[in-house]
Amino acid sequence: MAIDTKNSKTGFVSWVDERFPLSSFIKNHLTQYYAPKNFNFWYFFGALALFVFVMQILTGIFLTMHYKPDASQAFESVEYIMRDVSFGWLIRYMHSTGASLFFVVIYLHMFRALIYGSYKNPRELLWLFGVLIFLLLMAEAFFGYLLPWGQMSYWGAQVIVNLFATIPFIGPDLAEWVRGDYLISDATLNRFFAFHVIALPLALAGLVFLHLVALHEVGSNNPDGIEIKKTKDKKTGIPLDGIPFHPYYTVKDLMGLTVFLIIFAAIIFFAPEMNGYFLEANNFIPADPLVTPSHIAPVWYFTPFYSILRAVPPILNSQFPGVAAMGLSVIILFFVPWLDRSKVRSVRYKGPLFKKWIAIFVVSFFVLGYLGTVPSNIWGQFSSVIPLIGGTDVATIVARIFTILYFAFFLLMPFYSKKDQTKPVPKRVTMR
Amino acid sequence: MTKTYKKVDQNKRKFLLTATSLTGVAGISALGFPFMASMAPSEKAKAAGAAVELDVSKIKTGEMKTTEWRGQPVWILNRSDEMLETLDRQDELADPDLEVSSQQPKYCQNKTRSIKPNILVMVGLCTHLGCSPSPKLTPKGDMGSKWEGGFFCPCHGSKFDLAGRVYKGSPAPTNLVIPPHTYIDEKVILIGEDPEENV
Repeated sequence: MAIDTKNSKTGFVSWVDERFPLSSFIKNHLTQYYAPKNFNFWYFFGALALFVFVMQILTGIFLTMHYKPDASQAFESVEYIMRDVSFGWLIRYMHSTGASLFFVVIYLHMFRALIYGSYKNPRELLWLFGVLIFLLLMAEAFFGYLLPWGQMSYWGAQVIVNLFATIPFIGPDLAEWVRGDYLISDATLNRFFAFHVIALPLALAGLVFLHLVALHEVGSNNPDGIEIKKTKDKKTGIPLDGIPFHPYYTVKDLMGLTVFLIIFAAIIFFAPEMNGYFLEANNFIPADPLVTPSHIAPVWYFTPFYSILRAVPPILNSQFPGVAAMGLSVIILFFVPWLDRSKVRSVRYKGPLFKKWIAIFVVSFFVLGYLGTVPSNIWGQFSSVIPLIGGTDVATIVARIFTILYFAFFLLMPFYSKKDQTKPVPKRVTMR
Repeated sequence: MTKTYKKVDQNKRKFLLTATSLTGVAGISALGFPFMASMAPSEKAKAAGAAVELDVSKIKTGEMKTTEWRGQPVWILNRSDEMLETLDRQDELADPDLEVSSQQPKYCQNKTRSIKPNILVMVGLCTHLGCSPSPKLTPKGDMGSKWEGGFFCPCHGSKFDLAGRVYKGSPAPTNLVIPPHTYIDEKVILIGEDPEENV
């Protein structure tokens, strides 16, 4: 057999390449994958989210080696991990802190997409995969929170599962089916464990893969919202504003990762419970189906949505509207690519209307998030002489106002984004 | 572009790359340590595997008691003088002089394989495949006219004498194991720890 000496490579890599697309993969997705050169601070969080995901899986595997998904042993086994397993405390705190930081990173990642219009044509599917990942991540966090079988685990799960019970007609049966019992019990714990350690991580891994496939198909957006593929070098066909992902962004992401790890380590070693925001004090008391803690609140990353749930008053004696509003507050994210009618992507070239609305949205998110962590009577009640709202909790009324503003940001988007005075977009990306 | 490339200090670049890689490898290995350590026996397992105490004065001459240490049966046999005499007959044994030293601690490397001549402390697991042999302490009986007392493994027929030394022709390759043990006082032994002068 004649050997083509021109193209014949030797060594291990070529042996692999003849059987597996190793070199071409590295070329297409790293060394010759061109990303816009003007990425800023906001572009760290995608890579960081991937890192935290891998870390959660690794620490999770090691926790599973010692944890017992059994109502009579779960709490003890977590304490066993904390006290008796060598470095068990470290692995558990990495996992619990990792969960909170996962949401920090994901929220910043999503906000980036929102301000730079990364969901707009042709990146709608990329955004949809992302929102789906966010949705599954919330489920993953919720299932995981039951596992330590503390008071907050128990009553948190009780409340969330009872949300299903408010669905008209099928609700009560559905809630019972989800629990597998008449109350949150061993059966519930066992199935939540199955969802938490295998079903959802598997689905998440698949979706993260699809998210990345979609990203590499359309390429990254950038702070200017300019399509870099439109301006290519005529000879090479390489985008003039693009730089190879490796080494430029691998090195940059490594720097971001270093800063992230410093913060991460500081939390794990100095404030792993984050004053009750990452691990609530009540969760260090074993679950007791007969006593509810005096104040129960979800973990911080759920509080904006929880606030919306509490803010909506019952209609026709049904709690369902609140539940529906809470569901809608997340589901509405799926529609953002079609709600935004602006001609430009980035907030840099959008007009004052969008800037005002995004500010309102951020304030609403934070106010709702704060209110979700405190009891609704925190600010007292309105004087009974005031008509309509007299006697109502002040915080509830505030939550209602910000719930309306939260939804207004999305629902009015088709109007204000179309009407907005946009600025002209330059042809090439800017470096600032 | 080529002009700027010429100005690149390749040595510096190589140094930085190596330094970064080494720091990364060091960091990942340091992180790997707690994960590997978490798989070792936990404090609870260590506590469960700790040394056990036993009062040997309650074992009558010629009798045997079984206790548990790290989930293994440990025999304590109070041998009578007649039983000790049988240990002199060594021609049938595979390793009468205890050449395989891993089978007993140094302080039991003697004819009786024990600290006090009559008290034998031994792990009751056959060195062949780990069955627990049956004590056949009295001579003859169902073991035949030549039997002088010892242990017989029901799984594959290994035979041991009253010091746990294996007979020639047994499937078991070595003598039975003597665990580390020490006397806290005249009566009480601690199984699982060496005498202090041996530490």
